[in-house]
Amino acid sequence: MSLEIFLQTLASGVLIGLIYALVAIGLTMIFGVMDIVNFSHGEFLMFGMYSSFWLYSLYALDPIFTLPLTTLFLFAIGVLVYKVVIRKIISAPMVSQLFTTFGLMLLFRGIAQFLWKADFRTVDQSIVGGSLQIAGFQIGLPQVTAGVGAILVTTGIYLFLTKTKAGAALEATAADKDAARLMGIDSQKMFALAWGVGAACAGIAGALLSTFFPIFPEVGANFILIAFVVVNLGGFGSIIGALIAGVLVGVIEVMGGFLIGPQYKLGIVLVLFLAVLMFRPQGLMGKA
Amino acid sequence: MSKNPTISQPMATSVAPMRVFKISNIFLLAILIIAILCPGFIDNPAHLNVAILIMMAAQMGVSWNIVGGYAGQISLGHAAFYGIGAYTSTLLFSQFGLNPWLAMLAGGGVAAAISLVIGWSCFRLKGHYFTMATIAVVEIVQIIFTNWDFAGGAVGITLPMDKQGWSVFVFDSKVPYYYIALGLLLVTLLTNFLIEKSYLGYYFRAIKDEPDAAKSLGVNLSKYKQIAFAISSFFTALGGSFYAQKELYIDPASVLSTSLSIKMALVSILGGIGTLLGPIIGAGVLTIIDEGTRVMFGGSGRGTDLIIYAALIIVIAVYYPTGVMGWYKNFLARRALKSQNAKEV
Repeated sequence: MSLEIFLQTLASGVLIGLIYALVAIGLTMIFGVMDIVNFSHGEFLMFGMYSSFWLYSLYALDPIFTLPLTTLFLFAIGVLVYKVVIRKIISAPMVSQLFTTFGLMLLFRGIAQFLWKADFRTVDQSIVGGSLQIAGFQIGLPQVTAGVGAILVTTGIYLFLTKTKAGAALEATAADKDAARLMGIDSQKMFALAWGVGAACAGIAGALLSTFFPIFPEVGANFILIAFVVVNLGGFGSIIGALIAGVLVGVIEVMGGFLIGPQYKLGIVLVLFLAVLMFRPQGLMGKA
Repeated sequence: MSKNPTISQPMATSVAPMRVFKISNIFLLAILIIAILCPGFIDNPAHLNVAILIMMAAQMGVSWNIVGGYAGQISLGHAAFYGIGAYTSTLLFSQFGLNPWLAMLAGGGVAAAISLVIGWSCFRLKGHYFTMATIAVVEIVQIIFTNWDFAGGAVGITLPMDKQGWSVFVFDSKVPYYYIALGLLLVTLLTNFLIEKSYLGYYFRAIKDEPDAAKSLGVNLSKYKQIAFAISSFFTALGGSFYAQKELYIDPASVLSTSLSIKMALVSILGGIGTLLGPIIGAGVLTIIDEGTRVMFGGSGRGTDLIIYAALIIVIAVYYPTGVMGWYKNFLARRALKSQNAKEV
């Protein structure tokens, strides 16, 4: 492996890792606030992709410009899912929570297949098409845009949680639901907000991916497993942890795929995941 | 945050299932007789096939229930054992000419052995962490088999069917498969019944309901979780071998998918998690809905069957988390209360 190839692999690993981080941040936020693992999170990403695709193919609007629209759309879906379904299972046993979000995952895939068929679709003429030549090595412009976008959104989420009142209320609910309620924070509202922001994160990731990734009803399956790994490694509920773990997983996946074989790249990540769980069940960055 | 598990009342949960069991005793015998006579009445092989599918699903659910229901460890990696059973017996049969019945037992043994390795690593994890680790396990196993040429890779393996009969476990008719499936289900149920009545059953339930109390009384949690896992995976693997012998073709997608793991758990949950007969009811309901929606809507290729299936899962998980058996128990309790009130008035 020459230095050039190494750097190129590293760069693409970091870029896809940033997207993984963004998907995982949504997942970890929902978990942090209400202790529910959302198996349908990959489908929020899928809806984000389709939203970009249809705005692109029907109205010729570029996925980058329709990003705010997709964000809003997914925020609404997240809140709706919370209000219609999740609200009823807040204090249900873990098995029902697990299977409810599992059912949602299948339902969303079924709806996507029903509305848009199982075909692979692509956004082939985005303004961010083509590739960049930096210091002798080549890297896709869509990937760079997606990576930069993911950094911006992650920073935004971080600022939202640390600098705004709503963000602080969300953090307070995550830390101690009952104490937060005594301080006058409406936990129902916070849960809905977490689902909205969580779904929006996945939707943004989907929109950013749509310029270089095929779009199909089961696309979420590729990302949900990775997102679980990232969330586990980063520690449940931790935004910074998810960011670091996301990049780490992205690099390991791409490097491992390059060295051992692309068909094994998910396997490598999963083996690593199990190995880490065994020695640090609370995650790499999680508190003991 | 609700970190503490809700404390259940041991009295209420231990008395009610006994009552359900007694009432269903007569039913049980009747159902068994009907099940034995069934192939005599069903001429249509497609209908008989649905009956076999129900028994296969029930057997998976009963097996899963040992670790998922009684011991409360929600595994979504059981397809790994199903697949390992199917692949072990098929490879031993087709490549090494081993008698398929012995190969089936060997598949169960291999799965149980592998479950010890998986359990050793995964049982340190609790709740969501355990469930996610088991999903990772089945995905890894699937990747291994998809890339393993000796095991047919992504294409899968076709079983030889040049010979037929009981000695090779390959039949032209559905009837022998029906009786084997019934036998397998009965053996699995009997094992489950014996576990439920033995000290193992009490330990498993203690692990589920009061892990800390059980630990403080000297119950080795890891050891008994491992035992539950090994028994459960052994029977799951037998189900996988049976699938291979019945379909005469296996590939990673059919015997090693996460959706198969979900189905095993769902059968139990739908019928009544942690009950002896729940999975059978769950298997009946789920298979009929599954096959029914496929026949009615499956041809469109537009996912209508998936939507109905998914909506059903959500409704059950949200409104009936204790399944049909839980609902029935509730119904009995309410009726008892009503008649008591009526007497008092």
